[in-house]
Amino acid sequence: MKIKLKINNQDKIIDIRPDEMLLEVLRKNGCLSVKHGCDTGSCGACTVLLDEKPILSCSYLAAKAEGHSIITVEGAQKKVEQISKYLVDEGGVQCGFCIPGLVLTVMSMEKELNNPSEEEITHYLSGNLCRCTGYSSHTRAIKKYLEEKK
Amino acid sequence: MIIDEYKKPQTIEEAYSILTTKKNSQIIGGGAYLRLSKKHISSAIDLSNLKLDFISETDDYIEIGAMTTLRELEINEITKKYFNGIISNSIRNIVGVQLRNIATTGGAISGKFGFSDLITALSVLDCKVILYKAGAVKLVDFINQKYNDIVEKIIIRKNNQIADFQAIRNTKTDYAILNVAVSKHTNNSYKIAVGARPGIAIFAVKAEGFLKTVDSSKENAEKAGLIASQEIKFTSNFRASAEYRQELCKVLVSRAICNINK
Repeated sequence: MKIKLKINNQDKIIDIRPDEMLLEVLRKNGCLSVKHGCDTGSCGACTVLLDEKPILSCSYLAAKAEGHSIITVEGAQKKVEQISKYLVDEGGVQCGFCIPGLVLTVMSMEKELNNPSEEEITHYLSGNLCRCTGYSSHTRAIKKYLEEKK
Repeated sequence: MIIDEYKKPQTIEEAYSILTTKKNSQIIGGGAYLRLSKKHISSAIDLSNLKLDFISETDDYIEIGAMTTLRELEINEITKKYFNGIISNSIRNIVGVQLRNIATTGGAISGKFGFSDLITALSVLDCKVILYKAGAVKLVDFINQKYNDIVEKIIIRKNNQIADFQAIRNTKTDYAILNVAVSKHTNNSYKIAVGARPGIAIFAVKAEGFLKTVDSSKENAEKAGLIASQEIKFTSNFRASAEYRQELCKVLVSRAICNINK
């Protein structure tokens, strides 16, 4: 079946299988920042923004996304670089596999929560698992980023 | 999981027609758990075009559309306002924001998953499921019977119940090892539901009966927790043993009752 998707602000018509997940479709279409992690909807590595809200692309049928706008790291370079700088400075990037999903979730959090507390930040980001850092460096980096962009 | 065709009907009549005429067709809700299924679905029916994503209130009821996401349920001012925010509280630790932006209320209820936090929380409220053909059905009847129908919305009577939700997880975003919801009516009667046993929520009827006859002291809350843990059947799975769940039940039931009576 053919579907219309807006991927990183570009309109595309894509041929998909009815049971294909958005993750697979995005990676086939060049969005390799979207990571194939747990494949069970648990880790957040496959996070993308669908109409500005974070979703797990491994658990979202591509057919369901028809007509919607999808943003991946490839489509948000400037913002990604801003947030990543803080993560790097605080030692929050080790293997780096979780970073694309994490950064997109932070972008969504910025829009949704006004001046979030540390508890609100960690709660919002709890769906982005990181096996390397232990999260403290992520939290420090994101707090600094939010503080300094004020 | 295999899907032969994907349908996005424009009307609920059309959706119902596909559901009832095509063998192995299925309403997919948010589709969040489809990936983990081994089903072969002939027609996956997506209700996104039917305007079923809403939360509203009338004088007597809160109404929640079947396509309302769990994230909307979590942050909506109406769901946070009533019953001590039990609906919002029960949902806030389900995996992460990303999954809650996908999973829908209708899907969470129709899935009848044993680990469901939402079903446990709604069980202690006066909640009905509105089906397209069968009409209004009590949540408990919906859970225990099979319907080849479409969930349009759920309605919850605004009856001044006080409620509390408790759950224990191995990690913050894992599914519950055990979840408990307790509500207290204005006539001092209680409803106690225990879920993720790992089976779906059931009522602790003896503990409810005990609480009717005693005052609301901490000691009686602990006794009710003990009674609940003895009357409910627990089993073991990879998250926890039956014995551990039984111990947790005592504490969570007691804690929920104490919170209500604070």
